[in-house]
Amino acid sequence: MKLKVISVICLLLGVLFFSCQTDDEITFKRYYTTGSIVYQNSCQNCHGKNGEGLSALMPPLTDSVFLKANKASLPCFIKYGLKEKLLIVNKKPFEGNMPAMDLAPIEIAEVLTYITNSFGNKMGVVTVQQVSYDLDKCK
Amino acid sequence: MKKLIGAIAIVLTYSACKFNTAQTTLPIYGNRTPVTKTVDGKTETDTVYQTIPAFKTVNQYGDSITNKSLDNNIYVADFFFTTCPSICPVMHRNMLTVYDAFKSEKGVKIISYSIDPKHDSVNVLKQYADKLGIAGNTWWLLQGKKDEIYKLSESYLVRRPEEDAKQLFIHDGYFLLIDKQKRIRGTYDGTLPDQVKQLIADIKTLKAEPDQISGK
Repeated sequence: MKLKVISVICLLLGVLFFSCQTDDEITFKRYYTTGSIVYQNSCQNCHGKNGEGLSALMPPLTDSVFLKANKASLPCFIKYGLKEKLLIVNKKPFEGNMPAMDLAPIEIAEVLTYITNSFGNKMGVVTVQQVSYDLDKCK
Repeated sequence: MKKLIGAIAIVLTYSACKFNTAQTTLPIYGNRTPVTKTVDGKTETDTVYQTIPAFKTVNQYGDSITNKSLDNNIYVADFFFTTCPSICPVMHRNMLTVYDAFKSEKGVKIISYSIDPKHDSVNVLKQYADKLGIAGNTWWLLQGKKDEIYKLSESYLVRRPEEDAKQLFIHDGYFLLIDKQKRIRGTYDGTLPDQVKQLIADIKTLKAEPDQISGK
């Protein structure tokens, strides 16, 4: 009897654990897929199909260290653009303007999930809650 | 009878070969007008093709560039502006492949007319060129009078640029291939890598045409 109860509890825990995992995975996949479309429409012209950028004009999106260090600023860069701000990406200076993108917080979360998990980056899902929080703190 | 069939087969094969070699010239685009002249008492009719008219601009080095500067060159032309957020980066990412293919060859040039000459001064164009990673005299970025450049775009058979409500310039992303006689020999969508590959192949074809070797 005791064994049965324990095994049922274990099974339930297992199911719970497993379903939680797939939920996260489903969220990630949904964000990532929609994000790739946002990327094509809003980012790809300048930053390239493979995030390679363009010479010294447009910074690449392949610098994982830069992306991690500036994680909280990335939503602000997208939403409000950049004006003559010096950024060091892949050890090279980039100084120019990036146009502000008229995107909703959910779209920013999706596109950031796509960028930070493509082109050799692997940073996991960027949630809409995190993006909204970061947007409130934009300078 | 058998010999006859054999002979016909040989002739057919030969003419098929000839037909294939005739394909290695590029078409000539634009309006054409017949001109009838009297030479030595005989009337002769000649076809006059549309050509790129005279223009006056300066390049990223501040040098004066006119249509004459391109004499004896095959060239590729496009229209852009340095602050363009939409198709220009794609166009120039693709144009870089054309530049890389021909930068060490004489007789092939690239010119990009700015359609925002108010902002794109010689200084701005030089900075853009440096950041793009182009040097030397293969690829010129040109600043001219706005009205003249817009008028000129029509001679290149592209859409005349317009400004929209947000003060952004609307233009199309075509690359035009111009021969030594200043005739239009190809139009390519500069945003599509496949068409730009075709452009590179067509430049090689064009360079080998007898008219282009003699330059007349």
